[in-house]
Amino acid sequence: MPADRHKKSSKYTIDRGMPGAFEGETVTRRAFMNVTAQTAGGLAAAAFTLPALAFALGPIFKRVPFEWQIIGTPADFTETQYDAKVLTIVDGIGEAGKALAYVRKRNPAIDNIGTQDKFNQYIALSSRCAHLGCSVRYVEAAERFVCPCHGGVYNFRGQVAGGPPVRPLDRFYTFEHDGYVYIGPRYSVNSELQRFSPRDPAEPLDGIGQYLYPSRFDTSVRPPTNNLPLPPTIPGS
Amino acid sequence: MHPVDAAVEGGLTVVDWIDERTQLSPGLRWMLFRKVPKGINWAYTLGSATLFVFLNQAVTGVFLAMYYRPDVNGGAYESIRNINDNVFLGQFVHGMHKWGASVMVVLIFLHMGRVFFFGAYKYPRELTWIIGVVLLILTMAMGFTGYLLPFDQRSYWASIVGININGTGPFIGPYLSDFLRGGPEFGATTLSRFYAIHMMLIPGIMAALIGFHLYLVTKLGISAPPWIRATQPAALTETVEV
Repeated sequence: MPADRHKKSSKYTIDRGMPGAFEGETVTRRAFMNVTAQTAGGLAAAAFTLPALAFALGPIFKRVPFEWQIIGTPADFTETQYDAKVLTIVDGIGEAGKALAYVRKRNPAIDNIGTQDKFNQYIALSSRCAHLGCSVRYVEAAERFVCPCHGGVYNFRGQVAGGPPVRPLDRFYTFEHDGYVYIGPRYSVNSELQRFSPRDPAEPLDGIGQYLYPSRFDTSVRPPTNNLPLPPTIPGS
Repeated sequence: MHPVDAAVEGGLTVVDWIDERTQLSPGLRWMLFRKVPKGINWAYTLGSATLFVFLNQAVTGVFLAMYYRPDVNGGAYESIRNINDNVFLGQFVHGMHKWGASVMVVLIFLHMGRVFFFGAYKYPRELTWIIGVVLLILTMAMGFTGYLLPFDQRSYWASIVGININGTGPFIGPYLSDFLRGGPEFGATTLSRFYAIHMMLIPGIMAALIGFHLYLVTKLGISAPPWIRATQPAALTETVEV
């Protein structure tokens, strides 16, 4: 037995009968060559795999810019009726990049809960259902928003009145300046209409919902209110 | 020499030439001429049927890609309309791909049911089952990504809903839906992203896994139906050309 153990612990590969052993090659040298070759292969594979992976995941971390868009003048909107306005949320892809907002003037009697500042003097509700993202339709006679896909219903303030949606309709920042009403990026609200960064549909914001569905890196933030886009020129003037 | 004999001779020469250099024929013989248990029936062909539907999807998909344009600004829809209305046999090849997708899902579940109810997933075939489940998930992912490509109203809204369902996963959901869209909103890269996943990423993984699945089937052999009792092992096997 002792002789056998001694043979096993020899530092030469040739004594251990390893394949490809040659005179003077030690086990340490063999292990070093092994690790070096494997590392070189791993580095070469990582050199194209990691950039490709980062390339695919990159958009998650990239903040998408957004500009204020003009949707009308203060005279266009009332406190009691919603006007449907089309805005562009993704440039250059035609209809797929458009979104619909239902806009009215803020009514202090009913719009008195949630975040209050100069960016909600016009209430602009997104038509994107908070259940799974279909387009809701405003039914004037019922003063309700109704989703055709799974029966979500929202009241006049956009809060859930029935069906599967988990939070009120998203809103857009609005801003009145120089006789024009500007519309900005989307934000989400909880059932108390408090403002949160935009979440995808079906992600609740009440209770632990806001922690289960954290804020994302790539959503548009409210742009600064200087350098607003100029209103279109009136033809003939 | 008769011309037919000469042609046969020539063909054999070519095959021999290749086989001498590749030594493929023992492997092919190992794969194709193997012992199968007594009592197997038509239910045992569901796996092969699924394989042929996969090949159908692969071939029709490659040729659809010759006419398809993943352009989110109306070009995708127009290219599909062109395939259906103008291209010779376009509607047929598109139909084979579209209906083949449903047939594949149906066959997978039938195949899975056969394996489950016959107990064929048990030792030593657990890994074959696990790979099969991964293949099922990948097939679902193919269905999900392929559904968007015609880019009509149904595709668009189904994908919006599907992506948002992905977003409901706690903690990683929001980032998963961002990854699928390639950003916070459905955009220009969403369609090309789905297209690349649908026609390159998943098919490559699936082909490799199907190869491994078939290797395991051949290596471990086919399980006997549960009603065949292994009382006389010698008498229970016969050599059948499959």
